[in-house]
Amino acid sequence: MSDNAIAERAQRFLVALRHCQVLGLSVHHADAGGLTLRLPYSAQIVGNPESGVIHGGAITTLMDTTCGISTVCVLPDFEVCPTLDLRIDYMHPAEPHKDVYGFAECYRVTPNVIFTRGYAYQDDPAQPIAHVVGTFMRMGKPGAQLSGKGGAQ
Amino acid sequence: MNVDLNKLVAEAHAKNDYDALLSLTPYARLIGIECLRLGDDMVFRLPANRDNIGNPMLPALHGGVIAGFMEHAAMLHLLMFMGIPHLPKIIDFSIDYLRAGHYRDTYAQCQVWRQGRRVANVAITAWQTNQTEPIATARAHFKVDEP
Repeated sequence: MSDNAIAERAQRFLVALRHCQVLGLSVHHADAGGLTLRLPYSAQIVGNPESGVIHGGAITTLMDTTCGISTVCVLPDFEVCPTLDLRIDYMHPAEPHKDVYGFAECYRVTPNVIFTRGYAYQDDPAQPIAHVVGTFMRMGKPGAQLSGKGGAQ
Repeated sequence: MNVDLNKLVAEAHAKNDYDALLSLTPYARLIGIECLRLGDDMVFRLPANRDNIGNPMLPALHGGVIAGFMEHAAMLHLLMFMGIPHLPKIIDFSIDYLRAGHYRDTYAQCQVWRQGRRVANVAITAWQTNQTEPIATARAHFKVDEP
C-alpha cells in the first residue's frame, strides 16, 4: 500500500471518532513506518489552570488514538482493533501553548494481537514528553465480529 | 491564578459540594467529571456524553476519555483524602481495558496503595452497570512533594 493510501485511510479512521474531532486531532504524517497525529493546544484540555499544562488525559487520548490508528500502517485491510492495554511514562510536562505530536508504530503483528509503541513530543522528537506502549486485539474486518472492548476503535 | 486548594477542599467537604473543585480543571469540565461522596469514600461519575464517543459503531466511549477520567479521579482522590495542598503530577499511567465502555454513565473509585513523601501509588477501577464487572482497571504514580 502506498504512503498516500495509508495517510488517506488514517484520515478516514480519525474523522469517524467524535472525541478526536472535539480535541481537534489531525493526521500530521503517515507511512508504512508509522503514524504521527497532532493535538492542537487549547484552553479546554488544560489540566493545571495555574501553569496551563495540558491534562494527561488529553495526551492519553492522543496516544491511544495514534497507537490504535497506526495499525493501518501494517494491516492490508481495515480491521477493528480495540485497545487491550496502554502504558504512558511521562518524561516531563508538556509546555503550555504548544501543540503536541504523537508518533506510533506497530513493532509486532500476530494473528490476534498487535504490539505498538510510540512517543509524544512538541518541538523535538528526540526530547519526548512521554513514552507509550499499547497492545491491541485484532477483531478481523468489520461485520465479521463487532463485539469489542474499550479503546479508540 | 493562585488557588488555595486546601481551603477549596475543606469547603467542598464541609458543604458536600465539589463543583468548585471540579470546575477548576478545564479538562474535567470538557469531559464532564462529577463526584459523589458516600460516607468516607468518593465515587467519581462521568455522565454519558456524545462528545466522549470514540467508537462510532458500538457506540463506545473513547479509551482515552476513560483513561483521562480515571487519571483525574485519582488526582482528585489524592487532593481530597491525602492532605496534598497542590495538584499531584502524573509520573506514569497504565490501563487495562476489560470490557467495552458503552455510551452510558461511567463510575470510578480509587484506592491509594501507598503514599510516600514524594510519590503516591493509586489503583483506579471503572465500571458502568455493575461494580463487580469493571470496564477498566488502571494504576498510576503521582509526584506529590512539590507544587
